[in-house]
Amino acid sequence: MQNTPLFYTFNFYLFGIIAIVSAIVFVTRKSPVAAALWLVNTMFSLAAMYVMLDAPFIGVIQVLVYAGAIMVVFLFVIMLLNLGHPSEIADIRNQRWRLIAGFVGLAMLAEIFVLTRANSVPDLTLARDAAANSVIESGAVGTVATSLFTTYLLPFEITSVLLLAAIVGAVMIGKQRSANAR
Amino acid sequence: MLLQHEVSSAHPLAGTAAAWMWLLPLLPLLGFVINGLLSLIPATVLGPGDPDMAHGADGAHGEAGHGAHVHAHDTADAHGAHGDDHHPVVRHRFAALTSFVGPAVLAASFGLAVAIFLAMRGLGEMHEPFVQSYFAWMPAGSLQLNAAFQLDQLSMIMILVITGVGTLIHIFSVGYMQDDPGYPRYFAYLNLFVAFMLVLVLGASYPVLFVGWEGVGLCSYLLIGFWFSDKANADAGKKAFIVNRIGDFGLLIAMFLLFANLGTLDFVAVNAGAAKLAFGGALVTTICLFMFLGCAGKSAQIPLYIWLPDAMAGPTPVSALIHAATMVTAGVYLIARSATLFSMAPVASLTVAVVGAVTAIFAATIGLKQWDIKKVLAYSTVSQLGYMFVAVGVGAYTAGVFHLVTHAFFKALLFLGSGSVIFAMHRAYHHTGNHDDAQDMRNMGGLRSFLPWTWFLMWIATLAISGIPPFAGFFSKDEILGSVFLRAHDSTLADAHWLGIPGSAVLYAIYALGLAAALLTAIYMTRMMLYTFHGPNRTGDEERKHLGEAPWSMTGPLVILGIASAIGGWLNLPHLFAFAGSEGVLDRWLEPVVGPSQLQVTLGRAPEAAGNTEVLLVGGAVAIAVIGILIAVFMLKPARLVPKAQSPEEHGFQRVLLDKYYVDEAYDRAVVEPTVGISRGVLWKGIDQGLIDGVLVNGSAKLARAVGGVGSWLQSGQVGTYAWVLVVGVLAVLGAFTIR
Amino acid sequence: MLAEALFFSAVLFTIGVIGVLTRRNAIIIFMCVELMLNAVNLTFVAFSRAYGPSGQIFVFFSMTVAAAEAAVGLAIIISLFRHKQTVNLQHINILKG
Repeated sequence: MQNTPLFYTFNFYLFGIIAIVSAIVFVTRKSPVAAALWLVNTMFSLAAMYVMLDAPFIGVIQVLVYAGAIMVVFLFVIMLLNLGHPSEIADIRNQRWRLIAGFVGLAMLAEIFVLTRANSVPDLTLARDAAANSVIESGAVGTVATSLFTTYLLPFEITSVLLLAAIVGAVMIGKQRSANAR
Repeated sequence: MLLQHEVSSAHPLAGTAAAWMWLLPLLPLLGFVINGLLSLIPATVLGPGDPDMAHGADGAHGEAGHGAHVHAHDTADAHGAHGDDHHPVVRHRFAALTSFVGPAVLAASFGLAVAIFLAMRGLGEMHEPFVQSYFAWMPAGSLQLNAAFQLDQLSMIMILVITGVGTLIHIFSVGYMQDDPGYPRYFAYLNLFVAFMLVLVLGASYPVLFVGWEGVGLCSYLLIGFWFSDKANADAGKKAFIVNRIGDFGLLIAMFLLFANLGTLDFVAVNAGAAKLAFGGALVTTICLFMFLGCAGKSAQIPLYIWLPDAMAGPTPVSALIHAATMVTAGVYLIARSATLFSMAPVASLTVAVVGAVTAIFAATIGLKQWDIKKVLAYSTVSQLGYMFVAVGVGAYTAGVFHLVTHAFFKALLFLGSGSVIFAMHRAYHHTGNHDDAQDMRNMGGLRSFLPWTWFLMWIATLAISGIPPFAGFFSKDEILGSVFLRAHDSTLADAHWLGIPGSAVLYAIYALGLAAALLTAIYMTRMMLYTFHGPNRTGDEERKHLGEAPWSMTGPLVILGIASAIGGWLNLPHLFAFAGSEGVLDRWLEPVVGPSQLQVTLGRAPEAAGNTEVLLVGGAVAIAVIGILIAVFMLKPARLVPKAQSPEEHGFQRVLLDKYYVDEAYDRAVVEPTVGISRGVLWKGIDQGLIDGVLVNGSAKLARAVGGVGSWLQSGQVGTYAWVLVVGVLAVLGAFTIR
Repeated sequence: MLAEALFFSAVLFTIGVIGVLTRRNAIIIFMCVELMLNAVNLTFVAFSRAYGPSGQIFVFFSMTVAAAEAAVGLAIIISLFRHKQTVNLQHINILKG
């Protein structure tokens, strides 16, 4: 099915706005569970955006790993610690701090813009190019797989070690230390 | 130590006994080592039944039940210097060994000195000094200092005097110090002193001389404060050393200037290079003046004479050796050594002569009123040293050395004689447990009948010092005064100006002062003899029974010195008294060393007085001496004296003389107290406590604490704060990029 | 679409920053960090659209690391909760020096 550029652009904008709105809502929720779920929404939107950017594999991985695993872990922990209820004690800083944070954020945004403008790529409206072609050539997965297992094989292996370390670390840190009073 | 002899093999003395001259200081040094080791052994071990244990009056000695070592060997049991008999006397266990080693090394040194002297005499004429270099001591860039000894006629004289008189004094000390617990320590220090003194006179360069210079100063300190458990004695030792140090500063500056301008410090090289310096110029004058400052410190001239009277706190033989015969003459020796330099600086020479003359009369006036027999002799020494400096100051270097030699004889005799007297007085007081001052003349009197030998010998010395012919002092003193008179015209000194005054006027004034000092010398010395040996005895009825002559180990050296004082003057007979080739023996002997310098001062002519003038000068000197003795005999009545305990207070000018013109008190106020005040207030409280302790040590600790405190305040432990700081930091960095 | 993607990414990142600065709940802050990571992933993917698969590879690794980090971080938070019975960062100042 040939999708027109308009299809891609429209969806991209749509899901972009959804993502931003979800993010804003996520940041302002009092309940951790609600916040988590809104974050999941943001991630779904991002996944869609990835697909619109000719990275379907990454989009799927985003759903599987981020939304499906990481956020689930978050929710597990929230449930485990029984933090689901909106907290009694003020969990968000007061008005003044929020305003300052807002200003800081805006300043950072402005700076990022200025910097990207000044040093940015000359052509900002590129057509579907490399990514789209490689999807047609090697398929969605093949795009990533070819490079991953040839050029980036070493980082791939190291990442597996990293994951192992993370697993062991998480188990060690999270273990209940019942006997010795620490 | 491997001594690599770098012998100037071309020198005629090379193969003779003189090649062993390095042994001369080494033998006394060996004595020092042996005696020093012995001194580390406790004096004695006392048992419970020892009579000495019950003898002492102090509770400290009542440890009859302990039977332990006498505590701290010789320190607590010091035999006090002023008849202080609180502590029992204790003879050291190894005293016998020390009695042998101490004088023996000196006698060996003297024997070697005689052998070397005979070798030198056998040569006939010797124009170059014999230098032996042992090792390179300080090769430092352009400064090449070798440890080297130099033997010439001048050092030979000094060596003979030092070892000869030294041996006699060592033998005397065997008897004098026999009951002192610190016996080996005493001989160790005495031997060390002689070793250093020999290094001083044998040194071939100023630094080697300076080693000996400092060393004798050290030994002087050690020996003056020998009985240091009495604080006054320790203070006297300190005073001597510190005042000496001030002089040493002068000598060091002179050495620096010499090196900076001549590039060398060896005597031979300096004498050769001195001709390059401008005659009478500022440089030579400065060098000589600074050198004289050193001499003023070492030889007790104004303004640094104040340590010598206090130095009488040491044992009497020490006063005889160090403060009469040898150490204090080091200054005269130095100037004679540097004759080349001094003869080139008339102003400096005049200064030396003026200071010498003023010191001579100043000290003589103080000596008129002293009651302590040793103090009289101390001021007499200062006065006679003044004479020696007058001599070397006017360029009559031979006369100065001559007086040095004769003075060594009769002053050592006087001191040892007074040592005999004090020894007898101590013995007498010891028997009755009297604690009076054994050295005060008011407690003596009429000792002639008890100490006849001492009386006779000391009269010889007194006549010698007063300048009565044919005894020693007459010839030397006459030669000095004659030299001054003869150089008052036709000499570089007469042509020079001292502080604007023409030189000849200064020299005549010096001559007059010299005569006046001679008169006073005769008076106070006769006074001393009268009060001590003549008239009724004031010691006390009980004590009188125990007064007696010292053993022959002590009187023997006195006899030898008496003979020397009698005939020693014949070393340098003037033309008037000379017979068959005996004229000016010392003059001719020293001629290769100081002759050219002397001639330079007298503008090339040998100073000869016309026959009449010479008779007048000589006659005048003798007349002055005789008048002085007669004045003393007729005006002073020993019968009027009362013992010290009952003596009335002095008043008026006599009080001023007795209190030494309050010079010590003036120094205290002017120098000592401000120094102590600054040390306490500024250096101690201000810098040490305030700056170093407060600011640097405590302050740096406080700073570290403050920084830590700030750091701690920053570490709030709040992760949220950290996040804020992080983001603000990112903003700043991005901002930097944006702005740029 | 690159410019828009970058714009979205920047905005999402800023929202994440504001979230970190404003919130006190440890888990919420952690989730804001995840949001920031996602924003960066978006940038990479947007660039890789024109310049080849390297960007996507990087996103791949980024997600992996994020997963590992999430696991360990949550373990830490659990451990912290066990000690302090709270995840409110204001009350956790054990590191105060």
